[in-house]
Parts: sequence; structure tokens; C-alpha cells
Amino acid sequence: MCLGIPGQVVRLHDDNEHLAEIDVVGVRRNVNIGLVVDDGVAEGDWVLIHVGFAMSIIDEEEAARALEGLKLMGRDYDDEVAAIEQSRIT
Amino acid sequence: MKYVDEFRDPVLAAGVAARIAELCDPDRHYKIMEVCGGHTHAIYRYGVHDYLPENIELVHGPGCPVCVIPMGRVADGMALAETNEDVILTCFGDMMRVPGDGGSFLDAAARGADIRMVYSPLDALRIAVEHPDRQVVFYAIGFETTAPSTALTVLRAKALGVDNFSVFCNHVTIIPAIKAILDSPDLRLDAFIGPGHVSTVIGCRPYEFIPRDHGKPLVCSGFEPLDLLQSVQMIMEQLAQGRAEVANQYARVVPWDGNRKALEVMADVFALRPHFEWRGLGFINQSALKLSDRYADFDAEIRFDVPGIRVADPKSCQCGEVLKGVLKPWECKVFGTACTPETPIGTCMVSSEGACAAYYNYGRYAKKRLPVVA
Repeated sequence: MCLGIPGQVVRLHDDNEHLAEIDVVGVRRNVNIGLVVDDGVAEGDWVLIHVGFAMSIIDEEEAARALEGLKLMGRDYDDEVAAIEQSRIT
Repeated sequence: MKYVDEFRDPVLAAGVAARIAELCDPDRHYKIMEVCGGHTHAIYRYGVHDYLPENIELVHGPGCPVCVIPMGRVADGMALAETNEDVILTCFGDMMRVPGDGGSFLDAAARGADIRMVYSPLDALRIAVEHPDRQVVFYAIGFETTAPSTALTVLRAKALGVDNFSVFCNHVTIIPAIKAILDSPDLRLDAFIGPGHVSTVIGCRPYEFIPRDHGKPLVCSGFEPLDLLQSVQMIMEQLAQGRAEVANQYARVVPWDGNRKALEVMADVFALRPHFEWRGLGFINQSALKLSDRYADFDAEIRFDVPGIRVADPKSCQCGEVLKGVLKPWECKVFGTACTPETPIGTCMVSSEGACAAYYNYGRYAKKRLPVVA
């Protein structure tokens, strides 16, 4: 739950300014971007995601580093990705 | 030298370790508390203490969200799900396994209660939209990392007019917990490794009372082993020079002033509870959040008749002492015998962020100290 997982913004939704489609290790899901809208989040940006919310914009290097660290956590990482796969935020 | 490979930059890591050793007064015993459960997990996972001199002790703090949920609040959530047939109780996966008086939420689900794991509070809201004939309750837990998510979900529910959605709020705040630990007579700490993700939300300023009033440094840290080593170095530099300041090792993610939007929505949606019970730490004043009067319609504790159960922790369980950093996981009487990740008695064994589960899973690597490559 408190693991932040990095993802890349694929598409901002025109009809809902607070949702974006985000690619998290190959899984594309909707994530709320309400907390980073004021920071000017844009397509292609990397963000750190907690429980379906982008908490901060990070650079690509930080994203790669964070992901590498998470993968080393084994089962916790698998559980997090499995939970994201089940998510259907609208 | 197994773990050396896991440092992104082993040469740099060895340099940092050597500098820490240099700063360390051999006649002094240093106690540094990492507040955040994510850090506890990373410290055990990577064996960070193996790169520190023996007289620097890392003490595990209370920053594991499910670990601090008292038994009574588990019982309340369970009662809510089991006595109201139309209720769907939703919660994060970690919360499903927290033991309460009548078992865990998983046990209650096996008995027939409709309790579902969700990834996000927004998934709970979606379930409410899909089931207009049911009452969907989100069992909210977590520090300031997850509290803004709950706040935004409530705002969304209000905007969409989803009136069958409510929140059973157990959000807690980190500063009162640190204050409680500083006031505890059992523990003498030299410094803190400050949380990473909580600080993304609250920033670094709320910690300023720690150096100012208590003369102890706090360094907000990232989660990589090198981040943690560097944070220890930053603390040791301060201690060696007799300084105490708040510093930010994780500036690439943590803004000094936090996330303004997150703080705004939290201030709007939540109000401070006068007091709240923490598992093992007891009642702490103004340490938890409830929905503010403006959003009372979404407060499950108002919508439903919640029993308000108080349950004492099992006598054999010493989670409280572990959460305060007074006991190491393996010093607890039931650690690894009656209490394991498969059949946890206490909360610290449930979540991977709990000190006991982290030590149980990785502690065996830490038993043998590894030499530091210089």
C-alpha cells in the first residue's frame, strides 16, 4: 500500500481532467492526477503512484531506479502489480 | 558480499560507509530511528545495518499503517460488515489479514460478510456506482501518504452524488506519533530518518520542532540502500559537529513545502479527532483524522451504528514495544514461533512494512555481519 510505483502518463482524458491513462510496468490503468495537475503534468511524464493517485512527478532516471528497487522486493512487488491489474478507476 | 551488488553504485556506497565509520565516536552508542515502515523493510531487505559500525543502531519506528490499527477498530469494521447485510466493506489488501478479536477481515469474509480488497479508494467508489442498491464503505487507513487519496475520493463522491458510499476513517498523522515517541521515557534516540512518501505530502517543515525543541537531527530519506546510507551519513555529520537540523536527502521526490494541493484537500475533507487509540502506543491526542462536518454525510461512523469496541491486545503480543522501538522483533516472546506471517498474532507481523515481518523474511541475512568493501 505504501509502496509508490512509477508509471508513465500515456494519455490525459479530455472528459475528466483528474484522470489519466498511465502505463505501469506494461499495465495501462486510469490513475487520478488531481495532486499533480498544478505541477503541469503532461503526457510522457513519469509519476510516482500510490493507491491509484499520482503523488509526484519524477524524472525518468528516478522512475527506473525506483522500479528496480521495487522489483527486488519480490512478492510485495508482485502483489502491488496484481492489485493494479484489478483496478478499474473511472 | 552478496548485497553489495544491490547498491546502484557500490564504490560510492563503500565511500559513504567509510565516511560514516570515520564520523562515528567509538565510545558512543548511536540510536537512529527510521520512522517509516517502508524504510524498515528496505533496511532488512538490503541488510543496510551491515554497512554501519556496530555502535550505530537502527531503531524501527511506528510508521507502518496497518501495524498501528488497534484491535477495536478491526472489530468495529467487522461489526459494520457483519451486522448490515447491504454493506460491502472495502479495504487495501494488507488490511484483510490484520488480526482482531473475531479473526481478520479475511475470516469474516469466509463467514459470509461481503468484504472486498481494493487497490484504490476510487475502486471502492466505482463499486458503489455499480451497486446502487448496496452501501459501500471504504475502510481507510494510512498516514499522510494515503489520506489525500481518501479526501479526493470523498470529493469525487460528493461531486457525482454517490450517496451509497461512505468512509470508515482510520487515517493517522505522523507528527503526534513522533512526539509520543520523543516523550516516551523508555527510549533515548539520537536522530531520526524521516519518512519519504509522507514527506512528499507534508514537506519537511513540520519536523522542525525536533531539532529546535529536542536537539535531534532528522533527515528525510529515499528508499534505496544508498539513500539510507547517505541519510545516516548526513545525520552523523550533524552529530559530529554538534548540529541538529532538518535535512532532505530525498529532494528528488520530496519538496520542502510538500504538496500544497494534497494539504488543501485534507484540510477541507478531514478534521482532527480529539484523540485516537494507536495499537501499542495507546491514546494519542489529535493524532488521527475523521471526516469534517462538511462531509459528515460520507462518514460511515455517522451513517451506521458502530459499536465503538475497545479490545486489549493479546497478552503474548509485544507489538507496542516493537512499534516504540523499545524491543527488537526477535526479542518478542512469540516472534517466529506462535507469531509468523502466515498466522500473525500481532500487526507488526502482517504487513511487509511491519518490523517483525521484515525481520522474519530477511533477518536471516543480517545475522552475519558482512565486511565493508573499502
